[in-house]
Amino acid sequence: MVTTALDTRRARHIAEQVPDPELPMLTLADLGVLRDVVLTEDGTVVASLTPTYSGCPAMAEMRADVAARLRDAGYTRVEIRTVLHPPWTSDWITPAGRRKLAEHGIAPPGPAPRGGPVPLVLSPTRHAVTCPRCGSPDTEETSRFAATSCKSLWRCRTCREPFEYVKEI
Amino acid sequence: MSDDHVYMTLAEGHEDDTRWAYGTGFEDPLHGVDTTVPEGVDAGELADVCVALADDALVSAQRLAEWTTRAPELEEEVALANIGLDLLGQARLLYSRAGQVDGTGRGEDAYAYFRDADDFRNVRLAELPNGDFAFSTVRLLVLSSWRLAQFAHLVAHPDPVLSAIAAKGVKELTYHRQYAAEWVVRLGDGTAESHRRTRKALEQVAAYFGELFTAYDVRDEVAAVLCQVTGAAGLPMPVYRPLPGAGRAGDHTEHLAPLLAELQSVARAHPEATW
Ligand SMILES: [Zn+2]
Repeated sequence: MVTTALDTRRARHIAEQVPDPELPMLTLADLGVLRDVVLTEDGTVVASLTPTYSGCPAMAEMRADVAARLRDAGYTRVEIRTVLHPPWTSDWITPAGRRKLAEHGIAPPGPAPRGGPVPLVLSPTRHAVTCPRCGSPDTEETSRFAATSCKSLWRCRTCREPFEYVKEI
Repeated sequence: MSDDHVYMTLAEGHEDDTRWAYGTGFEDPLHGVDTTVPEGVDAGELADVCVALADDALVSAQRLAEWTTRAPELEEEVALANIGLDLLGQARLLYSRAGQVDGTGRGEDAYAYFRDADDFRNVRLAELPNGDFAFSTVRLLVLSSWRLAQFAHLVAHPDPVLSAIAAKGVKELTYHRQYAAEWVVRLGDGTAESHRRTRKALEQVAAYFGELFTAYDVRDEVAAVLCQVTGAAGLPMPVYRPLPGAGRAGDHTEHLAPLLAELQSVARAHPEATW
């Protein structure tokens, strides 16, 4: 079987459209966890995924979803690879993904820290997070951890509404 | 309405519950990862390092999970459960790596569920009962600082899988340490009672410092963090009075066996079960 660039693009497009199990307004491409899709000479689609967090319980679901969508689209040979390196960073959430998060009331992350381990800082220097509902910068963190590993809980002092915020990592 | 449908979308059009992220489809966490051991790496040593770090994480995760429904506030419960989940994920990756390289081909469940206390290599500090919130947060500060320092070194490990697991863990542990440090400052700098309890917790934890500083030279890094946090909390640095014994040699306190009995009960009652 001769594969063409067009075939690869089609397979990639199908994998890219799979929604994330925990943030279903995002596709796996929006979230930046779909690292690569290639179509080999023998017609096997090899899709590479990376977990957001080590304990992310959705990884198995993501693998199964990508494989199922590709099979439904007629690709009989599908291989899903896990890539651990480089580790996922919230910087990989695409601009479209950030827009969709905000539209769904979830504040998108700021730039992730770079260059290895971050020193412990105990002073209350917090960057401002803008409320995704009313746009107010007057917000406060209520919990560093939330319903999923990748989010924290915040509250807006202006509209009084709680909201989630995708953490920089 | 856009505000409401985040979780509606999740449930939509999935009559069966295979979609739900929890409780289904747990499979090899290293599925599809290149598992070759590079030349020059001693497979036995690599497996030992992976098992020790995985045991620390699994036992800590179990203790953290015990706070669920018992923490002072819902937010703390969510935080402690999330930290436990990160550690559980690290444990799964490390056990899987150990099984690939130690020649047994064992999966993660064989390590977690079918070894007895004598076979566990976690440090004893991880297995001690939770005590009060002060003890749990002080212990979390010490263990997360120690693990973060070790992982930061392991990023340079010649085994690419261990290196990648460490690089990922560094990001997670940074959040764990930050959470614990903020609580220790709040408690130490809080009421007379919270100060007293936190001070006592530091002394209890210090008795187990000895076994933390053997494999990697991370003592100075951990001491610097403790110095910074106790300074901000108005707490004295604890006096180190070492207790004999070493969890890394399989020599545990009486608290590990009951913890494992609970952790392993379902898997041992139904050894052929899959989940
Ligand atoms: Zn607002």
